Amino acid sequence: MDLSTTYLGLELKNPLVPSGGPLQKDLKNIKAMEDAGASAVVLWSLFEEQITHEQLELHHHTSVHSESFAEATTYFPEQSEYHVGPEEYLEHIRKAKEAVDIPIIASLNGKSAGGWIDYAQKIEQAGADAIELNIYKMATDSSKTSAEVEKDYIDIVKSVKASVKIPLAVKLHPFFTSITNISKELVEAGADGLVLFNRFYQPDIDLENLEVIPNVLLSTPMAMRLPLRWVAILHGKVKADLAATSGIYTEKDVLKMLMAGANVTMMMSSLLKFGIPHLADVLGKLKFWMEVNEYESVEQMRGSMSYQNVADPSQFERANYMKVLNSYR
Amino acid sequence: MERKKVTIDGNEAAGYVAYHTNEVCAIYPITPSSPMGEWSDQWASEQKKNIWGTIPLVSELQSEGGASGSVHGALQTGALTTTFTASQGLLLMIPNMYKIAGELTATVFHVTARSIAAQALSIFGDHSDVMATRQTGFAMICSNSVQEVMDFALIAQAATLESRIPFLHFFDGFRTSHEVMKIEQLTVEDMRAMIDDELVLAHRKRGLTPDAPVMRGTAQNPDVYFQGRETVNKFYAECPAIVQKQMDKFAGIVGRQYHLFDYVGAPDAERIIILMGSGAEAVDETVQYLINKEEKVGVIKVRLYRPFSIEHFINALPKTTKSIAVLDRTKEPGAGDPLYLDIVNAISEQFNDGVLPFAYPKIVGGRYGLSSKEFTPGMVKAVYDELKKDRPKNHFVIGINEDVMHSSLEYDAAFTVEAPQTFKGKFYGLGADGTVGANKNSIKIIGEGTDNYAQGYFVYDSKKSGSTTTSHLRFGPKELKSTYLIDKANFIASHQQFFLEKMDMLKDAIPGATFLLNTQEPADKVWDTLPEKIQRDLVNKKMKFFIIDAYKVANDTGMGARINTIMQTCFFAISNIFPKEEAIALIKNSVKKTYGAKGEKIVEMNFNAIDQTLANLHEVEVPATVTSKIQFMPYVSGNVPDFVRDVTAVMIAGEGDSLPVSKMPVDGTYPTGTSKFEKRNIALEVPVWDADTCIQCNKCVIVCPHATIRAKIYDESLLANKPETFKAVKFKAKDFGDNLMYSLQVAVEDCTGCGICIDVCPAKNKKEVKLKAINMAEQLPLRETERANWDFFESLPLYDRKKLNPAQVKDSQFLEPLFEFSGACSGCGETPYVKLVSQLFGDRAVIANATGCSSIYGGNLPTTPWSKNAEGRGPAWSNSLFEDNAEFGYGFRLAINKHNEQAKEYLQELSAEIGGELVEELMNAVQTDEVGIYEQRERVAVLKQKLNDYKTTNSASPKSSEVEHLLSLADYLVKKSVWIMGGDGWAYDIGYGGLDHVLASGANVNILVLDTEVYSNTGGQASKSTPMGAVAKFAASGKVMGKKDLGLIAMSYGNVYVAKIAMGANDAQTVRAILEAEAYDGPSLIIAYSHCIAHGINMETAMKNQKAAVDSGHWPLYRYNPLLSAEGKNPFKLESKAPKIPLKDYTYMETRYKMLTKSHPHQAEILMELAQEGVKKKFHYYEQLAALKDDNEEVK
Repeated sequence: MDLSTTYLGLELKNPLVPSGGPLQKDLKNIKAMEDAGASAVVLWSLFEEQITHEQLELHHHTSVHSESFAEATTYFPEQSEYHVGPEEYLEHIRKAKEAVDIPIIASLNGKSAGGWIDYAQKIEQAGADAIELNIYKMATDSSKTSAEVEKDYIDIVKSVKASVKIPLAVKLHPFFTSITNISKELVEAGADGLVLFNRFYQPDIDLENLEVIPNVLLSTPMAMRLPLRWVAILHGKVKADLAATSGIYTEKDVLKMLMAGANVTMMMSSLLKFGIPHLADVLGKLKFWMEVNEYESVEQMRGSMSYQNVADPSQFERANYMKVLNSYR
Repeated sequence: MERKKVTIDGNEAAGYVAYHTNEVCAIYPITPSSPMGEWSDQWASEQKKNIWGTIPLVSELQSEGGASGSVHGALQTGALTTTFTASQGLLLMIPNMYKIAGELTATVFHVTARSIAAQALSIFGDHSDVMATRQTGFAMICSNSVQEVMDFALIAQAATLESRIPFLHFFDGFRTSHEVMKIEQLTVEDMRAMIDDELVLAHRKRGLTPDAPVMRGTAQNPDVYFQGRETVNKFYAECPAIVQKQMDKFAGIVGRQYHLFDYVGAPDAERIIILMGSGAEAVDETVQYLINKEEKVGVIKVRLYRPFSIEHFINALPKTTKSIAVLDRTKEPGAGDPLYLDIVNAISEQFNDGVLPFAYPKIVGGRYGLSSKEFTPGMVKAVYDELKKDRPKNHFVIGINEDVMHSSLEYDAAFTVEAPQTFKGKFYGLGADGTVGANKNSIKIIGEGTDNYAQGYFVYDSKKSGSTTTSHLRFGPKELKSTYLIDKANFIASHQQFFLEKMDMLKDAIPGATFLLNTQEPADKVWDTLPEKIQRDLVNKKMKFFIIDAYKVANDTGMGARINTIMQTCFFAISNIFPKEEAIALIKNSVKKTYGAKGEKIVEMNFNAIDQTLANLHEVEVPATVTSKIQFMPYVSGNVPDFVRDVTAVMIAGEGDSLPVSKMPVDGTYPTGTSKFEKRNIALEVPVWDADTCIQCNKCVIVCPHATIRAKIYDESLLANKPETFKAVKFKAKDFGDNLMYSLQVAVEDCTGCGICIDVCPAKNKKEVKLKAINMAEQLPLRETERANWDFFESLPLYDRKKLNPAQVKDSQFLEPLFEFSGACSGCGETPYVKLVSQLFGDRAVIANATGCSSIYGGNLPTTPWSKNAEGRGPAWSNSLFEDNAEFGYGFRLAINKHNEQAKEYLQELSAEIGGELVEELMNAVQTDEVGIYEQRERVAVLKQKLNDYKTTNSASPKSSEVEHLLSLADYLVKKSVWIMGGDGWAYDIGYGGLDHVLASGANVNILVLDTEVYSNTGGQASKSTPMGAVAKFAASGKVMGKKDLGLIAMSYGNVYVAKIAMGANDAQTVRAILEAEAYDGPSLIIAYSHCIAHGINMETAMKNQKAAVDSGHWPLYRYNPLLSAEGKNPFKLESKAPKIPLKDYTYMETRYKMLTKSHPHQAEILMELAQEGVKKKFHYYEQLAALKDDNEEVK
């Protein structure tokens, strides 16, 4: 049985890839992911904004009170070197590459145009096999049109594509008016793959303290329905690999995504919840299911139930309660 | 050989040579010497090697006593060892200095000469400290300039090795230690050439080793001690020649020739000044000027002061000498000053021996420059003029108006000798705006980028918040010897517009000078905003006037409040020192050098600011006439006492130099409660109360570090004449009755705008949650109305403290703070505790304050925050030293106890006269609460009345002496509360031995440790309180040892009340602990978590850091009350819950920890893991302590 798949031009031994998350900050966990059968690993995102913030914060706090008082012209020892750039992240890529044989996919969230390019190049130089662009821009400015917002995304992809040779994936959020169109545009701009979908911190309100608390909740199995639909719709429509992420807990979820058209399936919430060995469990069960159901390869089933390949593609379009009721009748 | 030119200060120059020519540095921080140790520590952490290719060991001790002990030890075991110190620190080294000298041990101590605390402490420069060591046997060599500091550090090192006499190399604190000068840097080869390795080997060979055992430090008897002491004479006799030999050798290598006594002046000079230190340069400069005017004057610069070579001295004097003035920068009360006596002795000895090469001259001694008092050419001229007289004044003072004994010489303040081609710039800035840093950079750029000589000197005011800085920059083709401030400037910059309200800064401008102003006003409006005097100077002196809105540029480029690079760019753009393009490139290069390590974004941001500056810099045409009616703000306001008007206000105005001696208290005694007269108006934004949203919890009041937000409750009827905008609402507490009103009032002119009150306010506006019950608003529009509101608020009566329950946070904050408007840092973490103590017990407290932050914000003139209530009662405060504060406070307790005991003895003796019942009541009064104390005060009042009545009617009574004594002691029948306060540097390190002893004494004293976990006042050096993993100076790669558990040590005595508190985590526990500590009739120790600017935190939200410190288990809250033990109960109450957040969630809120993850990531990880483990274990240990059974209980 052939579990292999390709993603972003990378030959992967199976379609199970841990998506970017905190576990990967420890090299031991990346090794454990490989040992559990992961075919590639996505790292957490390098945030340009965070790097900038850390530099400014360090500079501010180590200098703001200096030269104010005769007895203490400074309050901190001078350090000849600070690791305030992306070095730590880049070093992690290098070490991960040394530690495991599977591809390492870095993730980048830039802020400035220069930052996207600069950090993407540094990531490439550090040895990453591919880059996932974690682009998100909350469209809170009411004067900015959808087209302008989308153009920002496309410009970023174009500029990064032009500056690195390694493949690019774009992690999309599901809040575009036309996901199919933006997907097509991003692929034309240079994306080799699309990751569906990005999950954001969502605000909550603390009634006790009247404060807004942003946090991220682990995805639940129900969350997979959203990427399932769009993987199925985009399969065959865009010339890019598709990665499905959100709510993938079991081998059945993996199978469904593959059938919908995904090249790889990415999981993190389930690993956080059940531990890294859970990946081996899913892989084992995936093989077992394929054996029982006499599938020869992942390739064979990929997209077999995509929008293009199902008998009634309108099932993927149904979006509201009335239609479901009607269909029941 | 071409040597590198560097622009550095005296401390760096001394540190550079000391580091390169030693193997061990054992140090302890003290102003102004601290940077020498800090440089050494930094170089060691950068793996820089000394001239033998090894990295010196740099070790911080717990005191200077400790440092000198370790120096002694390291020397005795053969290492080349040095130390750096000043002032009281040097005094603590004296015992070891005798030993080191007695044992003929080669070493150089580098000392920034500083005043000794006498009638007051002073951090500034004079020779009081070094002169107190002239008898120790150390050789003493003095540097007058930054170049000489570097040169003499090396000459001293070479000379000590050859002579075996230890050397004290000193230079003037601040004037030389902190003056930035362009100098020639000695090379490693120079140092190698000067230091003879054979002498180094000999020194090492003398070290103690079990491989060739000897003993030193024996005890000797009358039979041989004397003879033993005389053995060293030969070495001292040879020493001067050795020093001269090394000076000559140095001249051969480097080219600069020095002598033991250097003479500058006319070859046929008749009038000679003799002195040492930076003042000699001002004399040198004046002499050059005067001899051009054909005056027969000269100056002897004393280089080697001990051993004093009479022969070399006499040879240095011109044979034409007729009169001599010896200037001492120290004071020896009741005798002649030391250098004067030495010179008189030298001349007399030579005269007596018949070898004096000229007739016996007139010799007078004078004193100048104590505590960095300015010493200018005008003063020098006055001394030379005095020497012309037949009978010149002896034992004079110069530079002040000594109008009591009339010893001062008059001088012409306008006299100047400076070269006209020297550029002289004065820059006024705020501490927080980066002005000084920018000017240090500028002078470096000019010094290293041109052939000019360059000098920078920086003056800071004594406040820690909103402090003003003045930078004095000189450069030019002529060598700079002007060791005094600039008072005739051709460039003046005001980096803040509000300075114009109060500073007459253009008074020092010369005609045609340039004025640069940072202002938000546009070019066409700015003229109308200038005070009349400023306009007048601009017009009359035909000045050029430039403006920039630096804050706009800073804001646009992300620089925030740091306008340093922007103002620096303006300076270079206007002054045309370099072509514009070159100047920009040089500034950018300097930015890269300064900030490169901190990240490319910082560099980018500064580059951006530089690029945007020029477009925003405008020249304003100065109109022909003065139009302004605006006058400077008064320095003090309100109904001020005479002393404040005549003395304090003069100091505030920056005119303290003009105060005559007669205006000064003779014994250092000053009135309290003066800070309220200095309306500093430093906050741009201040809190404004929203009475509707307020829940009247008073949390904002308790946390206010500056006592500028206050609450009062009072009868509604008192509002009849309230100002229109004065706010008041019904007081919500039912048990106080229905008619009370509640007001929260901000003293906007005293507020520093720290915002802590807003951060802790728990009440949010229901319609708009970003608003709280207090919100920040711009100060200026509120100033006038809130001034009136504050005055009205002050006029409202205080609520009767007998009716309040001080154990409640809310009630405690209706008590009047008797510590207010201190100059502490904005948002200080210490002062809320200090203020709380003043509220609870201030009317009966005597406070012993260890030197450190709290003694500076508590006691630094011109105005001080300790105050008194309407009855005239309040804390009596004093600072003795850094190291002895516990013992000092213990002395208070001994005296108070004795006074109380004696008062009771007299009561009994005079029982018949006073009346038995009153005596009985006075003797047995219970004074455990406000009511008890009030009643006792009433009884004492009756007692005094009775005694006074008795005096009147029984004037010839045999008991009149007893009556007088009892009258003077009667107030001690009322309970007095002794508070011993200080920081962790004192309590954990330098004063620990004394603190431990006082705890063990059982005496009723209350010790409040304001624990910032670092030496805050001297700039962030590690103490034994610094936690594991935190970065501090001398722990640059993270402190590897855990914090000392002072509380646990104190608990081991069993009879010490101990509490650990953190107001931001639990204000109720804080109040309870302070009350219990005071009530406990024995020693109490309160360890208070005090956030600090040295933590690198956002001060506005610092109370959250306190909470996180507790939540993480780093700072467990507890109270250990021995009274419970006496009741058979477990005395230890753990009052914080088991850690609920990981330690790093707390620590990484603070730069002191977080920076390690950026500088030494691996080390940070290891230390944080160990620290986390430590916290868990310690908390578990505390839990076990808390679970110990009461005497009659089963184990819990």
